[in-house]
Amino acid sequence: MAFSGLDIYKLLPKTNCRECGFATCLAFAMQLAKKAVSIDKCPYLSPEAKKVLESSSLPPIKLITIGTGEQKLEIGNESVMFRHEEKFHRPCGLGFVIDDSLTDSEIKDKLARIAKLSFERVGQKLDVNLVALKQVKDAKRFTEAVKLVSGLTTLPIGLISEDSTALKDALITLKDKRALIYRATKENFTQIAPLAKEFKATLVASAPDLNSLSTLTQELNKLGIEEIMLDTGNKTISEKIWDLTQIRRLALKKSNRSLGFPAITLINKADPYEEAMEAASYICKYSGIILLRNIEAWQTLALLTLRQNIYTDPQKPLQIEPKLYPIGATNDKSPVLITTNFSLSYFTVLGEVEASKVPTYILSVDTEGMSVLTAWAAEKFTPDKISDTVNKLGVKETVSHNRLIIPGYVAMMSGELEEKSGWQIIVGPKEASGIPSFLRNL
Amino acid sequence: MAQDLMLEKWSGKISTVTIGATIADGGTRKHSIKIGGEKSLPNLFKEGAIPNKTQIAFEIWDAPPTDWPDELNKIYGSYYKDPITWAKTCVEKYKATCLCVRLQAAHPDFGNKTAQQEAQFIKELLKAVAVPLVIIGCGDDSKDSLILPACSEAAKGEICLIGSAVQNNYKTLAAALSADGHNIIAESPIDINIAKQLNILISDMGLPLEKIVINPTIGALGYGLEYAYSIMERARLAALSGDKTVASPFICFVGQESWQVKEAKANAEEFPAWGKETERGIIWEILTATALIQAGADLLVMRHPLAIEKINKYIEELYQC
Ligand code: SF4
Repeated sequence: MAFSGLDIYKLLPKTNCRECGFATCLAFAMQLAKKAVSIDKCPYLSPEAKKVLESSSLPPIKLITIGTGEQKLEIGNESVMFRHEEKFHRPCGLGFVIDDSLTDSEIKDKLARIAKLSFERVGQKLDVNLVALKQVKDAKRFTEAVKLVSGLTTLPIGLISEDSTALKDALITLKDKRALIYRATKENFTQIAPLAKEFKATLVASAPDLNSLSTLTQELNKLGIEEIMLDTGNKTISEKIWDLTQIRRLALKKSNRSLGFPAITLINKADPYEEAMEAASYICKYSGIILLRNIEAWQTLALLTLRQNIYTDPQKPLQIEPKLYPIGATNDKSPVLITTNFSLSYFTVLGEVEASKVPTYILSVDTEGMSVLTAWAAEKFTPDKISDTVNKLGVKETVSHNRLIIPGYVAMMSGELEEKSGWQIIVGPKEASGIPSFLRNL
Repeated sequence: MAQDLMLEKWSGKISTVTIGATIADGGTRKHSIKIGGEKSLPNLFKEGAIPNKTQIAFEIWDAPPTDWPDELNKIYGSYYKDPITWAKTCVEKYKATCLCVRLQAAHPDFGNKTAQQEAQFIKELLKAVAVPLVIIGCGDDSKDSLILPACSEAAKGEICLIGSAVQNNYKTLAAALSADGHNIIAESPIDINIAKQLNILISDMGLPLEKIVINPTIGALGYGLEYAYSIMERARLAALSGDKTVASPFICFVGQESWQVKEAKANAEEFPAWGKETERGIIWEILTATALIQAGADLLVMRHPLAIEKINKYIEELYQC
């Protein structure tokens, strides 16, 4: 729960000694409420008050980091139940489970396939985030396999095992790599927790119901474990969504600290379509990490695209800089296609122009990130606006012809635009998929 | 510490729309389907009843589609010239429980069939298959205002779902459907206020709110899906909180949107990193559907039989709880 300035003021010494750099305790309290200063600036705060304030300023869902370096995965810090209320902040991690019972070459093959799972959509890179090794064989084989995996991937690593001897050896191999351990239960946490602490690993707390889960995380806290993720075991999709929803609600709305951690879900379905449907459900509904078994480019591309959609800021659609973009070996005879600066519009047009192999200019008009039709309806994509952009961005200086191509959906403005701009207006196709044949037949 | 759950209490309820009239209801359908009726958010069965499963309608056209990708042409191509057989195949071979027929042949570029011809086609279709029907116009507004009322009359008493009514063009359709006892699709461009307004306007024309299904105009996965997703969530929250003007079930044209995007169509030679194209098209339709089910979709119009089979299985699993 966030405190107001006045709530904080009540906890301060009220001596107005100015040592914090503010004229009064109240002024300092106001800044604290805005999170503009650190509580450490007041040397006279009582330990009790400090504790209360520190915990109140913690995010309701803890930020958890797994792995190190550029590919580290950070999840948590979520603040809403529905994306339209603000946004979902930290895209959930997508990872793959590999059994240690596979041969070394099978494991290598899987890692090689995982390494290829990197895509680019609407100007963003989409990557997978985790490799989780599961112990099926003995401790020796597990450690061996962990060594193999950690030598071949730079992705964060998860360890799926409840065998503390095996885990210890594996963690020695992964020293300083901030691994993820799956899992601590009511039965084994006294053995597993010390390992998580010693090796600074994130520990998944697992219990079939929220009551026991909450008790377990509190026990772990007592043992000094702070980096925790939550798991409620094997369930049907709807039961799982119920758990994930309750966990997020209780953390956000009841400030329940014992459930204030991101959740992890493991999927156990052989069919890649069915596995993807289940994963998609958890991408939509609050899972922090989702672990899959199938490694298929088409499946991963679709899931990462869904994650990108769900985690896009609804208030700030992805935009690109309004500009005249030359695509391919353009010259002064190249056609000029007009679109908006909504990333999706631009990149869709770009993809088709590239596919056409016809060198073309794309002029992106500043529509504040709205798509063609939305912008037209909101009067951000008008003949005036387009004429202005054409003049400002030097289209006349770039090409020697006088033709502009507008999207088929705004054919209705062609007359007015022709008048306002003095250019000849050609109506292009409605759907971007029509662009290649349109350009080739121009 | 005992962990109390946090339950939402909703005062509102989504209206239940029935599609298809059996003999007992005065029609000729073998069964009817019910959509809507939710008293809770998707999947949250413990907070309120979710009595009706999401339904799927197979999409068929009465003129050969020109922009369907090979993956679909492989399956349906031999029926394109014979929509009645196409319809029968969906029902008999793929076990369709509902069909959505798009009257594309009325479009000036696709044959320009007259209202009378389309009405005749609907009569034949109703004889050929016994599942409930969704009937969609060809997309040419002036043509649709002629053919849809004629088809409404031809299907009188069969309780079809017919559309789409839009803000500037709903009166003729609403009047016709109300006279013939059908349900209407109210289409709004990803805008919750327009959706509300349109529902009010249509109900003022004599079609009760219980006869309206909202088409929130979705985008495919990767192509604006998140806009419809959030509009649907917002509308559902408003409806469950008691706003009756948006308490209608949603119809989502999943097949139409997902099969036109590059990721569903491009071949694997062109984009080797994207994986096999057959599976890629199917997963695109499947995940578009999955996400929309999570946002509250009640009726999905889909194309690929395998995608439909998988989504049906998924819906069954959602009810195991
Ligand atoms: S240092 Fe502490 S006691 Fe002194 S004015 Fe600042 S807040 Fe008040």
